[in-house]
Amino acid sequence: MTSEELLQIAETTVAERKEFDYELNVCMALGCMSQHSDKVKAALTEEVAKSGKRCHVRQTGCIGPCAAGPLVSVGPTGTLYGNVHEDDAEAVVASLGGDPVERLQTHLQHYFEGQHPIVLENSGQIDPEKIDEFIGRGGYLALMQVLTQMTPQEVVEQISRSGLRGRGGGGYPTGLKWGTVAKAVGAQKYVICNGDEGDPGAFMDRSVLESNPQRVIEGMAIAAYAVGATKGYVYVRAEYPLAISRLTVSLREARRRGFLGSGICGTTFAFDIEIRIGAGAFVCGEETALIASIEGLRGQPRSRPPYPAVSGLWGSPTLINNVETFANVAPILRNGPEWYSNIGTAKSKGTKVFALTGKIANTGLIEVPMGMTLRQIIFEIGGGIPGGHKFKAVQTGGPSGGCIPEQHLDLPVSYESLIDAGSMMGSGGMIVMDDTSCMVNVARYFMEFCMSESCGKCIPCRTGTAQMFNLLTKICNGEATHADLDLLVDLCDVVKNTSLCGLGMTAPNPVLSTLRYFKDEYLAHIENQHCPAGVCACGSRVVAAEEVMA
Amino acid sequence: MPPLPSDDKRWKIVNGTMRRHGYARNALIETLHTAQASFGYLDEVAIRFVAKSLHVPLSQAYGVVTFYHHFSLKPAGKHTCTVCLGTACYIKGADKLLAEAQKHLGIKPGETTPDNNISLMTARCVGACGRAPVVLEDNELVGLMHPDQLVQKLEGWAADD
Repeated sequence: MTSEELLQIAETTVAERKEFDYELNVCMALGCMSQHSDKVKAALTEEVAKSGKRCHVRQTGCIGPCAAGPLVSVGPTGTLYGNVHEDDAEAVVASLGGDPVERLQTHLQHYFEGQHPIVLENSGQIDPEKIDEFIGRGGYLALMQVLTQMTPQEVVEQISRSGLRGRGGGGYPTGLKWGTVAKAVGAQKYVICNGDEGDPGAFMDRSVLESNPQRVIEGMAIAAYAVGATKGYVYVRAEYPLAISRLTVSLREARRRGFLGSGICGTTFAFDIEIRIGAGAFVCGEETALIASIEGLRGQPRSRPPYPAVSGLWGSPTLINNVETFANVAPILRNGPEWYSNIGTAKSKGTKVFALTGKIANTGLIEVPMGMTLRQIIFEIGGGIPGGHKFKAVQTGGPSGGCIPEQHLDLPVSYESLIDAGSMMGSGGMIVMDDTSCMVNVARYFMEFCMSESCGKCIPCRTGTAQMFNLLTKICNGEATHADLDLLVDLCDVVKNTSLCGLGMTAPNPVLSTLRYFKDEYLAHIENQHCPAGVCACGSRVVAAEEVMA
Repeated sequence: MPPLPSDDKRWKIVNGTMRRHGYARNALIETLHTAQASFGYLDEVAIRFVAKSLHVPLSQAYGVVTFYHHFSLKPAGKHTCTVCLGTACYIKGADKLLAEAQKHLGIKPGETTPDNNISLMTARCVGACGRAPVVLEDNELVGLMHPDQLVQKLEGWAADD
């Protein structure tokens, strides 16, 4: 593949797209697929053939507002239809060239207005399984440019200058990590893509892998060139079968087009990627545990240093980044680091993809510039709380994060501001809760999660989470005393400071953040045996599932 | 290499995965995935065969099988109902779905009805949070689930047994 050939493919694809008067892009990501968007696509294809209109019906990745699915977007007008059923195919096809079908229109302008798609720019625009459509939208241009015109040092330097930070949640500067692996000495180096998105309530990585897997492959190849690696692994959860199958197809396509294998883009650079499927262990999102899992062992973390950058997979220097981090790489190199660092806040650059879920009108996948306030995200893009309920808190960072109350809604979202508010960025799940959620119960839910997901290697995490869970259960049942609450706070401190890995160190966060902002709810359970939200068994409404969850 | 445990063709599929990885020890999890996909669960024969073929101590293979939630040591029922307990599903009432399913089937999560018809499972998060609460009915994802709708499905399964 030479750059002329690449441009040729891009031009051909663009020209082919122009041969059609209309486009019908059907979302075939998990959310819409669960509502049989595949049948909608089949029905549309059939109707188009019948009508004789020059219209291309395409399967695409995630369009965004999952709650309104199955989604169909119409080109070139940009009309977005929601809740499309296969019976609607005739009306949709008939409306092409005329007025849109009013009853199917979604009217979600606010949802899209504040967004800034970079990672998701191709999401919902291209067929994720067709590499040429990706090339037609500037795909692999960055890899070509990097391999033919830049030295590895220049690539690392550009990524550093862009200010990109790890999107897995920690926020470690990506350029610094790449530089460390590039300088590390080793005959064999590895690049690993962490797609073990275990945070409950988060689905950004799944969507990126389902909607634009080539972007991740391109990012990994660029990273491999920059650090001097020849072998890569993508570690994906077994719970994401669609992402695994799209990735498998995409790896094959990338090899066919010569972007993986030996002699990539006519240079001497060689790199290939293998998929490793997780087996359902939350702790494997921790980098050393993930490496152990790839080695075929139990996913237990080990103490650091040495960091994987120096001694990782099979003792070799290993670069390990999140799916979304890799998806940011190609646009940065294509548009320049300054373009990227102009977006966002002083310390958190670029955009962040969030999974907006819970008690919110427009659930779905969004990408916003760093620095946007939580209020804008929840009330403008998310459309606020449905059913006349009142906003109570937004949970970010999964089991490692915390709950942010109404008084902090004007907080601009960045790595630092969320930590200051007692939560963390995490991988990007945002779960909105209204007045029907009991915050003690939510803390107990996360503690149950950490307790059963603890790998059992270090005592503070293994025993501490179980003890904290018991105390929280006592509080929920209205059987606790003030002494129990003090003990809970003490345990939070011990577990936070003495655990081996991130799972244990952050497990107390949901408790600490709810104690910080909703202490009155804890006290109501303890002093009055009353659950203000009416969720816990001690409250007005008894939920049988209480025993179930334990 | 140890001989295949029986002339069941599925062992050849398991063996194929190991061969593709050059019988390397690190192929353990990949091979267990294949074995579980082929047989539906991992019994002692399967674990012993894989451990021996890959020169991995049996204790280590057993440790891996029991460490990861995805691997199961007992066969599942004819139908599987998996209730997602991710945060978004939990906030939207997944606990009530699970309670309803338990009450209806008379079993706990991870168990199978005595007639081997329905297994009740839970999932940590299937990543379809936009459609919460979700249930996997025989691996088919159904979103915006209501307890009545779930019971209806379970009754349907019980009827066609």
